[in-house]
Amino acid sequence: MPPKKAQPSPSAIPASAAKPTHAISTASSQPTKTPNKPVAATTATPSIRNAQDIQQIGTAVWNNYVEKTAQRTKLLDAFMAFLIVVAGLQFLYCLLAGNYPFNAFLSGFSATIGQFVLTASLRMQTNPENQAEFETISHERAFADFVFGSMILHFFCVNFIN
Amino acid sequence: MAASTTAPTASTASSSPMAFFLQGETGRNTRGLLRLIILCTIAAAAVASRLFSVIRFESIIHEFDPWFNFRATKYLVNHGFYAFWDWFDDRTWHPLGRVTGGTLYPGLMVTSGSIYHLLRFLTLPVDIRNICVLLAPACSGLTAFASYLFTSEMSDSPSAGLLAAIFMGIAPGYISRSVAGSYDNEAIAIFLLVFTFYLWIKAVKVGSIMWGALTALFYGYMVSAWGGYVFITNLLPLHAFVLICMGRFSPRLYVSYTTWYALGTLASMQIPFVGFLPIRSSDHMAALGVFGLTQLVGAAEYLRSQLPSKQFQTVIRSAVLLIFVVAFGGLVLLTVSGVVAPWSGRFYSLWDTGYAKIHIPIIASVSEHQPTAWPAFFFDLNMLIWLFPAGVYMCFRKLKDEQVFIVIYAVLASYFAGVMVRLMLTLTPVVCVAAAMALSQILDTFLVASAPTENDADTKQANGTPAGANGSIADKLSSALPDTLRSTKSPLVGIYSYLSKSLITGAITSYLLLFVLHCTWVTSNAYSSPSVVLASRLPDGSQHIIDDYREAYYWLRQNTEPTAKVMSWWDYGYQIGGMADRPTLVDNNTWNNTHIATVGKAMSSREEVSYPIMKQHEVDYVLVVFGGLLGYSGDDINKFLWMVRIAEGIWPDEVKERDFFTQRGEYRVDDQATPTMRNSLMYKMSYYNYNSLFPAGQAMDRVRGSKLPADGPQLSTVEEAFTSENWIIRIYKVKDFDNLGRNHQDATAFEKGNKRKKTSAKRRGARVLRVD
Repeated sequence: MPPKKAQPSPSAIPASAAKPTHAISTASSQPTKTPNKPVAATTATPSIRNAQDIQQIGTAVWNNYVEKTAQRTKLLDAFMAFLIVVAGLQFLYCLLAGNYPFNAFLSGFSATIGQFVLTASLRMQTNPENQAEFETISHERAFADFVFGSMILHFFCVNFIN
Repeated sequence: MAASTTAPTASTASSSPMAFFLQGETGRNTRGLLRLIILCTIAAAAVASRLFSVIRFESIIHEFDPWFNFRATKYLVNHGFYAFWDWFDDRTWHPLGRVTGGTLYPGLMVTSGSIYHLLRFLTLPVDIRNICVLLAPACSGLTAFASYLFTSEMSDSPSAGLLAAIFMGIAPGYISRSVAGSYDNEAIAIFLLVFTFYLWIKAVKVGSIMWGALTALFYGYMVSAWGGYVFITNLLPLHAFVLICMGRFSPRLYVSYTTWYALGTLASMQIPFVGFLPIRSSDHMAALGVFGLTQLVGAAEYLRSQLPSKQFQTVIRSAVLLIFVVAFGGLVLLTVSGVVAPWSGRFYSLWDTGYAKIHIPIIASVSEHQPTAWPAFFFDLNMLIWLFPAGVYMCFRKLKDEQVFIVIYAVLASYFAGVMVRLMLTLTPVVCVAAAMALSQILDTFLVASAPTENDADTKQANGTPAGANGSIADKLSSALPDTLRSTKSPLVGIYSYLSKSLITGAITSYLLLFVLHCTWVTSNAYSSPSVVLASRLPDGSQHIIDDYREAYYWLRQNTEPTAKVMSWWDYGYQIGGMADRPTLVDNNTWNNTHIATVGKAMSSREEVSYPIMKQHEVDYVLVVFGGLLGYSGDDINKFLWMVRIAEGIWPDEVKERDFFTQRGEYRVDDQATPTMRNSLMYKMSYYNYNSLFPAGQAMDRVRGSKLPADGPQLSTVEEAFTSENWIIRIYKVKDFDNLGRNHQDATAFEKGNKRKKTSAKRRGARVLRVD
């Protein structure tokens, strides 16, 4: 299931697809570094240490993600993945069919990008791991901020769309 | 000005522990109230010190660009917002016209327009001119408040913000662009600049979408107000980039930066003049690149939390670097292939100060684009300039995210201020903030610190006993050494006596007083002249107003057809449009270099060459500025070489700068002047009939300090229409085609004998032609 593999971290689809290859290549080409790995890999599934291809790492990350992520966060992630797909479709259309109503393309594209960024921010702010970073921001405040930002974003987009 | 001096002392007094009611909850309230009162007085001082020109002259719009802004504002108020947005102005750049609505930054006009309508709504009918004149001082009050907020984010000291506010309020570097009547984009832009920075710092600190969105909103307002928004567009990404490089990436940074970029870019694209620039021009690409980088780093950080591994971080870093290089390469490729517009000329001239002089004389010809002279820094910032490095050093001592911002801002702004005079304006806020931080550190150190007496003695005892118990050698040593040495082991660092405290405080206070004096003096003497109205002193010390500009422009307004085209050098285009309300060929919005070069060619060529050019452009009047009689140095003969250079850039075969210099390379106007110079239309129009003012052979040009030839130049294709009281402005009417088909030289030669009769006949003929 290749599309699902990308899902563990939709915020990082380009990066997550690229990163594991690097990790693997260095791990396999430089055996001196492998001794460090078991120490750090305790929380992740043990298959990462032995993994010799992306497939295994991907499944390990996916399992980890499914286990540990809260349901609400998964909802946000699904939304972000959807936004990325929409942005990709728009970009593809722009490449294939030309960018004639350029205003419309731009506002549509930046609406998805902006919404993605805002959702990612909301996700970060509500992530319990980042509690220390956002001391002053409660979850309700984060959501209110998110709505505020989205309203401004869509106001500009509608104004720009011609 | 009294308010300004009370600011530092009062604020420091509020933090001193002397007054007993300044403690606890009441104390906080008292301090808050005091702070508010001080800020209000600072704002009042900032406004008051900008009113010199209104008091001394009158409520009048200054200089050149403000006249256009004023005209545009009047258009906005009279015709409504949508008409303003779609405004095509056929009264400038004749015959091309200008899409004014799409080529200006509307923020300033819209601001004053909405103030106007608000006041009307409150049944306060204030003239739009007065709103325009007083907008800049009002905004300076807000700037003082914004810099208070900005500095308060930087420093814990209670006095730093207040000091920054008063510095910002009266620093001449800012006053130079915001005196009453200086109705220019910078008037509100500096307030927006500082406030945007404050919001940005707040966003980075808190990591909230709301602050990021507010930053974007004010950034959008800034974009609508001033072309200098590119400074923010590059400074904020640079800050984020430096933070990432320092390994300080945090979710807070991600939230604030991406929110700002996503919303701010959209906001900036709403302005028609900016349009697609944020995704097309290289000036904006840094922001986009850092946006992408933030995404990647954010993703990598997230992945790292999912995959804890020590090598992972380094791997990620190298991958990020790789992607960055690839993205940069892609950008270069796009730039080369022409998808992304290359850097603009003004930008190149920022890095290579000689660039503009070689490639774009029109940019180099503007005096505010020249490199800054060193004394200007002291002139504009006085003692702040030597407190500034100290403040930046303070930032290094406590290097948090926001201090990094100050450091970057300081470095960049100092460089740019050194390259271009007018960018002193962007340097001033950071200098004020840094200087306030340094000064408040000094004041806090010397006013608040109390001598650590008993505590210190205790530690000494504690140090002493174990040393004695340790061993005999140490014991011997301590007994052998006198007491004085022991005191040097743990010295009392700091100055605690009242004498030294009062000495330092007194010195600082006197410096502050001197600063206020300097600022007031500079404002009053250097920056409060409207330059439309000149002031001079008569021998008895009384003031004499020289009002030639307005005299001439009103002559144009009242004595010429409303559609009469006036040709002048582009400096005066906005003023003619604003005050005389006549169409012009070129103006200060220098969007068409060729058109300006055409005017330059017409001015710098012989009459036979100029006349067809003027006729082709339907010129009815030619306006020149001549300061020879009064010694007014900013006249057209002094600017003449720029006209020649700009014309030479387009027609290198027909106009040559070398021909205007004598054999020995001198630029002369007397009888040594070259034939090209003496035959040029500009020279002839400037000195026409000038020698009739003087006894024969005595004509003197007081600007160039040279004696003029005994017989003045002869004009045949234009005739003198108006000369102002002090000869500063001379207006010539372009003659119509000769109705006998002769050229004008022959006609004038023929008319020499019976002049009066012929001219009247010719005029009548011309009028008949015009009616047809």
